[in-house]
Amino acid sequence: MIFIEDKQMVIPGDVLADKEYQSGRGTFKEDDKICSSLVGLVAIRDKKISVIPLQSKYIPKRGDVVIGEITDIRFSMWNLDINSPYSGILPASDVFGKEKRDLNKAFNVGDVLFLRVVDVDEVKKVKLGLKGRGLGKFRDGILIYITPTKVPRLIGKKGSMINMIKDETKCEVVVGQNGVVWVKGDPSMERVAEKVINMIEEQAHTSGLTDRVRNMLFELLGKEIPEKEEKPEATEEATDEEEEEEENGENLIQ
Amino acid sequence: MGVTIIPEIIRESLNNLVKNGERSDDRSFDDYRDIYLETGVISKAEGSARVKIGKTQIMVGAKPQIGEPFSDTPNVGVLMTNSELIPMASPDFEPGPPDERSVELARVTDRCMREAGVVDLEKLCIIEGKKVWMIFLDLHIIDYDGNLMDAAVLGSMAALMDAKIPEAKVEDDEVVIDPEKKVSLPIKEKALMCTFAKIGGELIVDPSLEEEQVMDARISIGMRADGSICAMQKGGMQPLNKDEILKAVERTGEITKKLMEHLPQNNQ
Repeated sequence: MIFIEDKQMVIPGDVLADKEYQSGRGTFKEDDKICSSLVGLVAIRDKKISVIPLQSKYIPKRGDVVIGEITDIRFSMWNLDINSPYSGILPASDVFGKEKRDLNKAFNVGDVLFLRVVDVDEVKKVKLGLKGRGLGKFRDGILIYITPTKVPRLIGKKGSMINMIKDETKCEVVVGQNGVVWVKGDPSMERVAEKVINMIEEQAHTSGLTDRVRNMLFELLGKEIPEKEEKPEATEEATDEEEEEEENGENLIQ
Repeated sequence: MGVTIIPEIIRESLNNLVKNGERSDDRSFDDYRDIYLETGVISKAEGSARVKIGKTQIMVGAKPQIGEPFSDTPNVGVLMTNSELIPMASPDFEPGPPDERSVELARVTDRCMREAGVVDLEKLCIIEGKKVWMIFLDLHIIDYDGNLMDAAVLGSMAALMDAKIPEAKVEDDEVVIDPEKKVSLPIKEKALMCTFAKIGGELIVDPSLEEEQVMDARISIGMRADGSICAMQKGGMQPLNKDEILKAVERTGEITKKLMEHLPQNNQ
């Protein structure tokens, strides 16, 4: 027996299904019934029921790419705020190799970097790295903070949403898995992108979002809204973990 | 007190915005965020108000108590202000003894209320040298999104105007309180405060949290309804020059006039 539909909004304690289903993330079992433990949207995959929270904090995961800001310089590493309950560290050896150099000559407190989570240990010590395409320090641009669960929605299917924003605003956009978004372009375009991204965050749980985003973009840019007769986006993915973001290769290291 | 590190990128982008005459939330330099004011929200307090300026939210309560006057002012009542920055309001607020910001907020609010002569304190005297009304203003910060001072002063003003204290009479040298008979506080003046943040060489009114974090300097000016200055407070690392201060005073005059409209009008 299942009591809810896919993508339905639930609150903690809502009974979702009984024992023939599997309990996934954001749910718990009580008296053979699966209940929600969060405010969020139900996701049903085969027989597994999970709840995707509407709001969340970023929990670091190995392999994620994140945007972090330097909060402290220590003897042989930088401390970074990665918009998470856990702070990250970037070892100096990762930047300089075996060379010995002054840490603050490379990155200083207040700098914003694009990094990869190299390792998360059992006490949630987050080790970060800069090895990879496009990773490094950001210059100029603006930062926008969104809730991490909305990141896949902002990127869209195969980057459709983010590419639309990039194309229309001519801005560079980099999305960190931790919900930090960096946008750089013409200042007025940055503002447009910021508004659109905030709108996506607000309405991420609704369907037909891509169309509304397109309309909003055109409206803000003062363009005509083209009459399009494309298939209605009934099959749009609400939040899917598989969607990896596009990396932007134009950020220089140092 | 935790010092939040603000990314260089945000600092730069906010500075650039101001230099282009814009702000991140599309306000003009003289615009406040949406202001919401409600009075009589706490039934246990004689006077209360809840203010919201944008997402900043403060509850203000006014409680009267009979006490002894200070020996140097035997015929004058007492007005005292306290504030509390509870951890719920912001990740930067820690529990424990009041920090610098909390003390500053209470003192600036107190100064603005007292120096303006908002309440006619002489009328709060019951027996000279022995018994006077003491009014305690409590500022309870519920949500912090910048510009606490203006919100606190606006809320305090509204709470004082809302306050109804029981009538106190003197019978055979004893103070008798008649809880049935409530009178409004003797409000003599109205005063409000206007805070400017200096960012990118410009003064912008009602700084949001983000703007407060990147500002170079801040100046708060308290002003009575007739346009005279009753309080002033400067904050931040950088200096302000004379022209900037004079300009700020001039703008305060116009802005406080608009702010006054938010206060309840029922007072005589």
